[in-house]
Amino acid sequence: MSGKAYIREMPKTTWWLSHSRYRRYVAREVTCIPIGIYTAVLIWGLMRLSQGAAAWEGFIEALNSPLSILFHLVAFVFAVVHTISWFNVTPSAMRVQIGEDFAPGAVIIGAHYTGWVVVSLIVLFMAGV
Amino acid sequence: MSERQVEVEILRYDPETDQAPKLQSYSVPCQEEWVVLDAITYIKDHIDTTVSFRWSCHMAVCGSCGMMVNGEPALSCKSFLRDYPDKIRIEPLAHFPIVRDLVVQLDDFMEKLNRVKPYIIPKEKKSVSDGQHKQSPAQLKAFKQYTLCINCTLCYAACPQYGLVPDFIGPAAMALAHRYNLDSRDGGREQRQEVVATDEGVWECSFVGACSEVCPKQVDPAGAIQQMKIASTVDWYKEHLMPWSKP
Repeated sequence: MSGKAYIREMPKTTWWLSHSRYRRYVAREVTCIPIGIYTAVLIWGLMRLSQGAAAWEGFIEALNSPLSILFHLVAFVFAVVHTISWFNVTPSAMRVQIGEDFAPGAVIIGAHYTGWVVVSLIVLFMAGV
Repeated sequence: MSERQVEVEILRYDPETDQAPKLQSYSVPCQEEWVVLDAITYIKDHIDTTVSFRWSCHMAVCGSCGMMVNGEPALSCKSFLRDYPDKIRIEPLAHFPIVRDLVVQLDDFMEKLNRVKPYIIPKEKKSVSDGQHKQSPAQLKAFKQYTLCINCTLCYAACPQYGLVPDFIGPAAMALAHRYNLDSRDGGREQRQEVVATDEGVWECSFVGACSEVCPKQVDPAGAIQQMKIASTVDWYKEHLMPWSKP
């Protein structure tokens, strides 16, 4: 081969704008940021709980602010989107072979939703709702 | 039979004269039943003999004619012109170096494919007199989907991880590693894990899923990679929590 092969550089920061498929992917990844912050808030709450009743009351007080309620709503919506988008891809990641057939995707996705509901009910029950 | 005039833009590159690739436009009288490959062949035969491209079977089996058609990795022999507007843009497969026009350099893929040992490494040596390696239909079914890969590398052109991190082993090579790992006759998983269960292997994949969306054979390489991630994670836990169990 004579001459030099040409290498097309991929734009390092804007590549995902080029196709709706990549924009969907980045949107899915971005949903983890509010979930991460929510987890940090939970850990902070645990820490305040370990510091006694007054500290815990202060934490609960802070959660009652409009900004906090707005954040929790956003985090909840993002957590739902994150969960649904991941549940939808579970059939290809977790194939279950029964004899010569694979369990239908709907069954695997359904099992995840069932697990989600069961865990949520247990948490609500323990919380005394 | 109806005929339609289609403006076909092709990204041209001559390594001997060009500093960078440039688009060249051709007006092609296309038949209703034509695929993109037919239009390029028409250009080569009737308009411009210097256009270079790869093709062979014209029936989605050989995997040679992969190109970017309107920004989407596709087999040009399987892309019907009736599904496209009157103007289409054809470029060489993304993420690969351009050798000339629509011909890309696949050395990197071939080297990676070789590294995952895409062949049966028998569990135990058997001589011809020992008879066949028997396999039940259920055992065949476990990996059959992954045997359908035709090495067309559309998945590499779709994968942004491969574009950003060229060391990534990539979808097709890993789907084929998985194919042999799942084969009941094979005992080579441990050897393949040295390549697959690494940062350049499954852990470089962030499950964009583009590879499976563009695969013309429904191999689902993204699924194969996620299954290997789960198996590799199970290995890790077994090794650390149950050191007495053989991995």
